[in-house]
Amino acid sequence: MNNNSPLFLAIRRFRRHKLAIFSACVLVTMVLLVIIAPLFEIWLGVGANDVDLYSRMVGPSLAHPLGTDELGRDVLLRLLYGGRVSLFTGLTAACFAATIGTVIGLFAGYFGGRLDAVLMRLTDSVIALPLLPLLIVLAAIDLNKIGLPQAIVESEDVSFYRIVLIVAITGWTTVARLVRGATLSIKEREFVMAAEGVGATHVHIMFRHILPNLLSPIIVAVTLSIGGVILLESVLSFFGLGIQPPMASWGNMLTNAQQLIWEAPMLAVYPGLLIFVTVISFNFLGDGLQDAFDPKAEY
Amino acid sequence: MRRFLLIRGLQSLVVLTIMSFVIYSLIGLMPGDPIDLMISANPNMTAADAAALRELYGLDLPVYERYWNWLTTALSGDLGYSRLFGQPVLDVLIPALKNSVVLMGTAFVLAVCIAIPIGTFAASKPRSALDYGVNLFAFAGISIPSFWLALMLIIVFGVFLGWLPAGGIAADGASLLEQAKYMVLPVATIATLSIGSYSRYTRSSMLEVLRQDYIRTARAKGASRSRVVWKHALRNAMIPVVTILALDFGYLFSGALVTETIYSWPGMGKLIFDSVMGNDFNLALVALLFATALTLTGNLLADICYAFLDPRIVIGGEKT
Repeated sequence: MNNNSPLFLAIRRFRRHKLAIFSACVLVTMVLLVIIAPLFEIWLGVGANDVDLYSRMVGPSLAHPLGTDELGRDVLLRLLYGGRVSLFTGLTAACFAATIGTVIGLFAGYFGGRLDAVLMRLTDSVIALPLLPLLIVLAAIDLNKIGLPQAIVESEDVSFYRIVLIVAITGWTTVARLVRGATLSIKEREFVMAAEGVGATHVHIMFRHILPNLLSPIIVAVTLSIGGVILLESVLSFFGLGIQPPMASWGNMLTNAQQLIWEAPMLAVYPGLLIFVTVISFNFLGDGLQDAFDPKAEY
Repeated sequence: MRRFLLIRGLQSLVVLTIMSFVIYSLIGLMPGDPIDLMISANPNMTAADAAALRELYGLDLPVYERYWNWLTTALSGDLGYSRLFGQPVLDVLIPALKNSVVLMGTAFVLAVCIAIPIGTFAASKPRSALDYGVNLFAFAGISIPSFWLALMLIIVFGVFLGWLPAGGIAADGASLLEQAKYMVLPVATIATLSIGSYSRYTRSSMLEVLRQDYIRTARAKGASRSRVVWKHALRNAMIPVVTILALDFGYLFSGALVTETIYSWPGMGKLIFDSVMGNDFNLALVALLFATALTLTGNLLADICYAFLDPRIVIGGEKT
């Protein structure tokens, strides 16, 4: 292997970040655990949504390693399934937002002129909005009133799609700015001129020649945004506006925790701790990747 | 400069107008409408009555006509009544605004007073234990879910230790100490989150400045290390930081929605949450627009600060 290839250098720089490597390990473990969550269901012999009112809020035991919640559901299983939802929502929404941002940024940077001005004013305006209050309104709107068919409104997954959409329509701005800036400099390079010379179409140049050069900063930006998305999902679900029960998410597991502080304080600790560990791991990982891919930004 | 301000001001006004329409339409899409609420309050009402009422109040008109009716009334000074509080919207809004400014202002001052020194210390000794500590704390601050931090503080200080009230606000006329007691936990929550991001900005901006030639010159001329950091570098390092602070200025008035709601602090954030959740259309609309207007002002302020603090920046495109 060529010891001076950019990828090799990036990997070498990344390996210096012990915290980022540790975070990556934490995240991989977490993903593996939530993937094998059904095995835990078999092992414990109960389902994640199985209510057992005779054993409400019992402490840790062999049958329930982390005890049960206020409806007698197994806390460990709910944490694992909640993790599935929270992680999957975070990843999907962050990628969706990045896709929108990339397309807007590419068009703004590549075509420039009036299109650029319009798109960037739009970006500035979205950045300047008080996001959380608006997200609460978006999460509260009645899907029947925007004419969605009843079957979709009542389906179980609708709260998931809603949250992904909400995050995507507000979260694309960072990537859009980043991609626009990078596109502006890359489009002046010789290989773009060469592509133009042989008659490549604009779309071809944008997506086949410019986009691949932007992948590393985009990956960094997505990694850094996942944490924020998970926080957003958790807070909306906490207020009852995100993922709807009985489907568990780390946010909605905390909804009732405030009332149960006396009886079962640990119910409030576990989900929040997992959100915290996940978000901080994504942030450390993103920070490490940033240093690895962009040595100029080194501190 | 004047031209720049004029253009940016107009831009903000356009955004605000567009947002007022967007928010108006979104609020119209929330479950139920005022007539539904009347129906649930009065079982004798028939479907024909409801339709007649909808027509009377103009609720059957298309959204842009309703918006126009609302806008002209609002601009003439009539913001309507709050359904939840049974008072004119402004009478509800102004006390909430005051409470938010007190809470957010205290948290803001505290966060700035802590974050800037620790960020500067961390940058002046890069890769020291202190630097790692500050960095870790900053990452924790931006990664912790605010509602969970609030819950944990309530569990520890409100429930188990019983030192501080778990939420609410002191009654009118309570002593200053009593009032302060209610503020400790919410202020700590908001400040922890802001200290994280402010100290990170300070640190990276400081590191950038310390690499400049004039810093080396100052050291070469015999200025002590701490004098260089605190006298020469800090002023320059503050330029981007002040911009970030100005950006947050708008939030001083729009409140911290999550923290205020969990601690039942009757500020703007809780007001927005309660009015959206409680189908209080008039109040939600005005409160949201107010928050938007203030955030836009904060952005404008950030631009102005940037231009004033850094004479190298010429705004308006006359010179680059």
